[in-house]
Amino acid sequence: MIRDITLGQYYPENSIIHRLDPRVKIVGTLVYLVSLFLFKSFWGYIPTMIFLFSCIHLSKVPFKHIVKGLKAVVMLLMFTLICNIIFTRGEVPLFEWKFIRIYPEGLRTAGFMGIRLTLLITGSSLMTFTTTPTQLTDGLERLFAPLKLFKVPVHEVAMMMSIALRFIPVLLEETDKIMKAQQARGADFEEGNIFQRAKAMVPILVPLFISSFRRAGDLAMAMEVRCYHGGEGRTRMKPLKYKGRDFIAYGVQLLYLAALILVRIFLG
Amino acid sequence: MIRTKELAFDYIRRDEEGNVESVTRALDDININVKQGDFVAILGANGSGKSTLAKHLNAILMPTEGEVWVNGIKTTDEDNLLEIRKNAGMVFQNPDNQIILTVVEEDVGFGPENLGVPTKEIWERVEKVLKSVGMLEFRKDSPNKLSGGQKQRVAIAGIMAMKPKCIILDEPTAMLDPVGRKEVIATARELNKKEGVTVILITHYMEEVTGADVVFVMDSGKVVMTGTPRQIFSRVDQLKQFRLDVPQVTALAHDLRKKGVPLPEGILTPEEFEEAFTRACDARGGAI
Repeated sequence: MIRDITLGQYYPENSIIHRLDPRVKIVGTLVYLVSLFLFKSFWGYIPTMIFLFSCIHLSKVPFKHIVKGLKAVVMLLMFTLICNIIFTRGEVPLFEWKFIRIYPEGLRTAGFMGIRLTLLITGSSLMTFTTTPTQLTDGLERLFAPLKLFKVPVHEVAMMMSIALRFIPVLLEETDKIMKAQQARGADFEEGNIFQRAKAMVPILVPLFISSFRRAGDLAMAMEVRCYHGGEGRTRMKPLKYKGRDFIAYGVQLLYLAALILVRIFLG
Repeated sequence: MIRTKELAFDYIRRDEEGNVESVTRALDDININVKQGDFVAILGANGSGKSTLAKHLNAILMPTEGEVWVNGIKTTDEDNLLEIRKNAGMVFQNPDNQIILTVVEEDVGFGPENLGVPTKEIWERVEKVLKSVGMLEFRKDSPNKLSGGQKQRVAIAGIMAMKPKCIILDEPTAMLDPVGRKEVIATARELNKKEGVTVILITHYMEEVTGADVVFVMDSGKVVMTGTPRQIFSRVDQLKQFRLDVPQVTALAHDLRKKGVPLPEGILTPEEFEEAFTRACDARGGAI
């Protein structure tokens, strides 16, 4: 059933990582992503892996579940690996066949990039596994709040994001309904080449657009009825508040960053 | 509580240059008065102007002529818009399009958040209203998993959390199945009885109207009949003129009466019918 789709990939569990303030997790993910690009030698992977695996362990998200999430990017990963192996030039080729020459340098870069990409994806998906979409938008709203000084409509953008998240399943269900209605009248979405199939999508998209506009109008009215008037003078039901554990987490992030900077200085 | 005086509203259709193409009078000379604590029903066929009237009662639409007063405040008074909307909450037809956030309890808290209610009080209000609509056990769920009737109860809770004096239900059951319809109407009744909230129910289902204190019947933008459900349903032939049906038992009693069975007019429930019919049989010595 389409309505069972849980949005994003939130994995409900009651762990310390899940309970952390979303702002800590967003900042932590950024720190982690930056840290991956700090070093050029394999030594750097020791602290990053220790950091990542302890986070995964603390989050209680099963490792299998995380690996499953990687499946979606296997193609991208393979593509990067092959490109790196083929196109990196060195001095002494290891292997030669027609125009393909493979150098040891190529294998090294490919390995390095492969590990980096895998860690990058695992790290950022850990955040979406442990944070609900609502928490994420709340966290982003608070983190970007200073931009309000420059007249960036932070609250409004966050509200738009959470409404979009709320309506994705509703619209999916609607698409399903429209497709069935069109199929019942003889529309064919499965046959023909890619252009014909793309063309067959038009009679789905048009009614979908029209009904979304109608929905948007209704929703705007429902929001007005409930006294929505922008972010001004608004209180929160679940305000974000830093607790002791959040400051500790920030401390850990700082230590981690410091460790990697040391690796960069002494080991390259 | 809510009062309208010579209220009229025109829908103006304009062409691309902004010139007036046609003017449709959707409401015409409406004078109604709703008392605090009443359960009021507004009946009317499609296009009779009942939804347009509803939208005037909490300042979504502004009158073309005449005035609307909500709790002593005129709706054209822009500075008091929030006060008006807080006092007269509204629930719409489509349950999907009025739930704004992704978790039931957060959505119910949306109204109080907008009003600037302190966090602790929001939690108390959310718990209380979810309990009063019987949805407390679903508080952590996604609204997408609920049935139509449940969604509509959540929508009612979302309005109730703003502590309104009056709630306006604009055909809240039109998109629901019979079970959901019963749930929603029962919830509205209970809020009216237990919490003393004024309920204005707009509908074209006759069965939902029988328990109301006052019924207004609308046709082409005018209020054409006013009275208790019994008074209204005694005039079956007149209702048919306005493209409205009466509850099945009422229609049956009406037809039997025409055929000469001595039944009173305005029978509203099957129980009443049974009693009156038995009495009629007894009076004739058991044979009709």
